[in-house]
Amino acid sequence: MKLLTHNMLTSHVKGVTKGYPLLIKATEVKVNEVEFNPQFVSRMIPKLEWGALVHAAEELGHRQDLPGELVQDFEKNEDFLKKVHRVLLEVEVIEGCLQCPESGREFPISKGIPNMLLNEDEV
Amino acid sequence: MAAFSSRSCLQYLLHLAQDNLDFRLPEIKALLALRGKPFRPCENFREKSPFWCLDGLSEEDVRSIMARSVCAKSAFELWGHGQTHSELRTSLLNFPSDIMSPFMHKDSTYRINVYTFNKTLLFTDRIKRIDALEYLPFEGTVSLKNPQHIFCLLEDYGTDPNNIPEHPIYIYFGRWIADGQRDLIRSHSVKNRHFIGNTSMDAGLSFIMANHARVKQDDLVFDPFVGTGSLLVACSHFGAYVCGTDIDYNTIHGKGRSSRKNQKWRGPDENIRANLRQYGTQKMYVDVMVSDASKPVWRDAALFDAIITDPPYGIREATRRTGSHKDIAKPAEGVLLHSFEESHVPVSQAYHLSDIFTDLLNFSAHHLVMGGRLVYWLPVYRPEYCEEMVPLHPCLQLISNCEQTLSSHTSRRLITMEKIKEPEEFDCLAHLSDPRFSAYQGHNAFREKYFCGLNKKSTKENNKSDVSGD
Repeated sequence: MKLLTHNMLTSHVKGVTKGYPLLIKATEVKVNEVEFNPQFVSRMIPKLEWGALVHAAEELGHRQDLPGELVQDFEKNEDFLKKVHRVLLEVEVIEGCLQCPESGREFPISKGIPNMLLNEDEV
Repeated sequence: MAAFSSRSCLQYLLHLAQDNLDFRLPEIKALLALRGKPFRPCENFREKSPFWCLDGLSEEDVRSIMARSVCAKSAFELWGHGQTHSELRTSLLNFPSDIMSPFMHKDSTYRINVYTFNKTLLFTDRIKRIDALEYLPFEGTVSLKNPQHIFCLLEDYGTDPNNIPEHPIYIYFGRWIADGQRDLIRSHSVKNRHFIGNTSMDAGLSFIMANHARVKQDDLVFDPFVGTGSLLVACSHFGAYVCGTDIDYNTIHGKGRSSRKNQKWRGPDENIRANLRQYGTQKMYVDVMVSDASKPVWRDAALFDAIITDPPYGIREATRRTGSHKDIAKPAEGVLLHSFEESHVPVSQAYHLSDIFTDLLNFSAHHLVMGGRLVYWLPVYRPEYCEEMVPLHPCLQLISNCEQTLSSHTSRRLITMEKIKEPEEFDCLAHLSDPRFSAYQGHNAFREKYFCGLNKKSTKENNKSDVSGD
């Protein structure tokens, strides 16, 4: 699971009102090199919850010097876009789980693939 | 005939493949829209013809359409046309020589092709056709193997193979500009794809869907019923980043029985990421997840540039979603997911077709960017089909609705919708426009009809085996 996906996911456990962002409990994290595409990163940044991204990167120990606030004129700042690219597309959670911040419900991640299915009594 | 005063008045001729006829116009329109250009056919436009003349385009526009189209075979700068060879001659001699000459000067090399639609010409007749063009001021050298410029004489003998006229009904002559992407149909054939399933989408239709969805470079595209990822393969080829979900743990993880003949189990690396790797688009892979398309796992925001999907109709794949036992009217129809240590084993229940479409349209209204497109297949029982059966949504405008016939009484329709406004409080209900026409409400209503005409005697057996089988 890439952090781009994590940034878009929320808990859908019944009755939960604050299900975002999901906490990440990782037992295996990998960094896979992905070709840098500044246009795509620039297009994604306005769609991101910036705080959630920074926090997720921090949780995985991959924040490096990613700033806490979104920088101005990021489209022209290649150095910044590269940092965002790395966190969005290169850092991957291979094993572990996502946890609903309110109910504590865990969604397992195995072989890089989250399983978001809930049991019948939770939906 | 109007005089050509400048390059901007040039017309272009598209030669289209004569299959998937319904899908061609929406494809070309969508690709033109990506260039910000309207579809402006010339006089006497016939949608079912293999030849379309278009106005108001530049050569660059035409090249960009051909770089995407799987419906168009070739495109030409139209130099002349007519109902007879003598009309063609008049038309060609009227074509401005300053546009012709750069391609005909004495240092150039060229070749003339003769193409006939619905008739095969003898070699000697082809040569005669070329010789008859001697009135054109070609000064260059003929090079059959590697010419700088290719010209084409195209003769249209109509579309009725049982009634081929002696003389063509229409003739065109033009300078070849580009070929379309028909090669993708073979190069991406599911026959040679690493990871497939029982319902993997045909390569040609996958690319057509990506075109109808106006998928473009740097888009983020989502498939909520991703299966083996055929649609993601097509979208990634056009430079979009892709992600998808499926309720089937085995499919997403590439486990379980193989869909191939002579192979019992899937191999260790059969998955969607490996499919993208096979075609060199692994960098476009975002993620796939095990998830139920009827559940709100995505944060409420306009995240996707396109949603493109082939929902399960319960014909070759079971329709199901997670739910509790008490919601299930007929527990016999509930299908248990396979159990794995790290995964949950929720009871899945029948997912009514009407609910699939309601959920899909509502989801799209919320999660598409403005102007983003939803493209999906709607199964149809042909004797009862009418346009009102196509589900509507206040935030989504119907763009096209193309039929692919499956049998005498069934077909599926490729529906394309575009998001035109943000959903408000009262826009939450996607309505199947009139309850009278809700053919999709009983879970098995459509399936029963589908199978009933196919094989009346064995309907019951079919129902049993197909609910549990995929």
